[in-house]
Amino acid sequence: MYVEIVFHGRGGQGGVTAANILAGAAVREGKWSQSFPHFGAERRGAPVRAYARISDKPILRHSQIKTADIAVVLDHELFDLVDIPGSVKDNGVIVVNAPRDFSVDLKEGQSLFCVNAMEIARELKLFVAGWPVVNTSMLGALVKASPVVSLDSILAEIKSYWPGKPGELNAEAAKRAYENTVRCI
Amino acid sequence: MLLTWFQRGDDGMVVKTLTGNKAVAHAVKAARVKVVAAYPITPQTTIVETLADMIEHGEMNAKMIRVESEHSALAATLGAAAAGARSFTATSSHGLLLMHEVVWWTAGARIPVVMSVVTRAIGPPWNIHVDHNDIWDQRDSGWIISIAENNQEVFDLTLQAFRISEDPRVYLPMIVGLDGFILSHTVAPVDIPDQEKIDQWLPPRRQPYVITPESGVVMGNLAADEDYYMMRYSIQTAMVEAKKVISEVDDEYGEVFGRKYGGLVECFHCDGSKYNIVIAGSWSGDAKEAVLKLRDEGYSVGVLRVRYFRPWPDEEIRRLLSTSKGVLFIDRSISFGGKGHLLTEAMTNLAESTNLPAVRGVIAGLGGVDVGADEFYELTKSFIDEVEENGPFYDPLYWHIPQVYRGKYPERLPGYGKFSYERR
Repeated sequence: MYVEIVFHGRGGQGGVTAANILAGAAVREGKWSQSFPHFGAERRGAPVRAYARISDKPILRHSQIKTADIAVVLDHELFDLVDIPGSVKDNGVIVVNAPRDFSVDLKEGQSLFCVNAMEIARELKLFVAGWPVVNTSMLGALVKASPVVSLDSILAEIKSYWPGKPGELNAEAAKRAYENTVRCI
Repeated sequence: MLLTWFQRGDDGMVVKTLTGNKAVAHAVKAARVKVVAAYPITPQTTIVETLADMIEHGEMNAKMIRVESEHSALAATLGAAAAGARSFTATSSHGLLLMHEVVWWTAGARIPVVMSVVTRAIGPPWNIHVDHNDIWDQRDSGWIISIAENNQEVFDLTLQAFRISEDPRVYLPMIVGLDGFILSHTVAPVDIPDQEKIDQWLPPRRQPYVITPESGVVMGNLAADEDYYMMRYSIQTAMVEAKKVISEVDDEYGEVFGRKYGGLVECFHCDGSKYNIVIAGSWSGDAKEAVLKLRDEGYSVGVLRVRYFRPWPDEEIRRLLSTSKGVLFIDRSISFGGKGHLLTEAMTNLAESTNLPAVRGVIAGLGGVDVGADEFYELTKSFIDEVEENGPFYDPLYWHIPQVYRGKYPERLPGYGKFSYERR
């Protein structure tokens, strides 16, 4: 097993944190992992990327990820700004935070999984500095679309990342996203 | 049985996922450092941020000295260390160049100090990404200079650095290099051994002298030329001793904590291989992947990873040159008007070699240009195929030009061309 994942988000949305939590969840399962931000200057609101690798064997490489197996998109509007289908393999999986009627052109062979993480954040009143928190939900959505790690490991890692109430709330968001993620293309 | 870096231990070890910079901070804390003085610079900053946080929250019993520049950062670190405190600093690129004068002062004073160098390109033009010209620029200063491949080794080397630097046979400061962003900002699993075990393994601080108001020791006074000469001689003697100490520490660390790396170099399938790559730093892992693929295809090829640039692994390189049919050097640095640093150093061992292997020196990845396993595979395969077809050659300065510029500029410059041994 060897999987490469790219997170597309906006600066401040927590893509890097999501990648780090995913890496931690993998280690909980005795797997090997790496996570890293796109190396460069970042601005709040601008399109940014973060990456993760998960393997059942030690990961030797440290080079960049050019085309990932899975893309997690924290904001569906990024499809207008970034070549998201081009960032994953031809048979790759894309998981997007989007409203119910969302549709987009993909490469043939790619599949799309959708969840409305904004709605989950609103339901749970999960906001930070006025922004709905979607990164933890999208981890739940990711492992529904492709079980690279178990939901339990994601929840455990979230709870240890933010001890107490914030962890509980974020874990609940991930769980609800997991339950509501559906294949849309 | 000894574990390699990627095998998990059992008792007393905590697997965390940490960035390279946090791995440094955890090692500094585990070594019970008493004084940290540093000035922020990308990509080093989060080392000092994490240490400041640990000190602030009482997890670490140390003093943080805030300073106005890197020159002062190392000066304060040296001062505290001379006064008897285990001291640490960290920097990168321009910060390292600004403190360069004190880099020499510290080694000349023979005061053990540990410094992380998070490798980064030197401007202009401005660039914050990985490059080895900053760390190798300290080559002649009398510091022990090491460089890690992954976050686990970052932790292990940093902890070992205190032991090596403070060994009475050495008494030299030590740099631990980790690649900017590639390790410093990448999260990966790190085993942190039990603190009690670390305390047993790492002796209390030792140093050649301690400055106190009563000690009557003077630093930096004028010396007779002959005394100056002999003090230089003694630094070189300490470097010779350091080779033994590094090997001993690596062995002992392996026995106590379960991870052993090989001393001055790591030999990855290099023994008995006809062809070898010589490389240092985080991209060595990509080179190893390329080698594993080539070996699957029947090629006899390995990697010799340079872990210590000072003291230089003379014997290991001499042996490699003596037994290889071809050696491919990969440098992430260039001495302008000269060549890549690893190749330049290794060529000093060629006269001692019993063999004249084919040699190619590749300059790649300057300023953080990404070079991965696929490219190492192609570089290595084409090198081997060329040697097999045309016989041995010397090709010291091959520019692995970035993809966007490839084909538009020559890979070899006048005066640094490739020539076959027959032509001599």
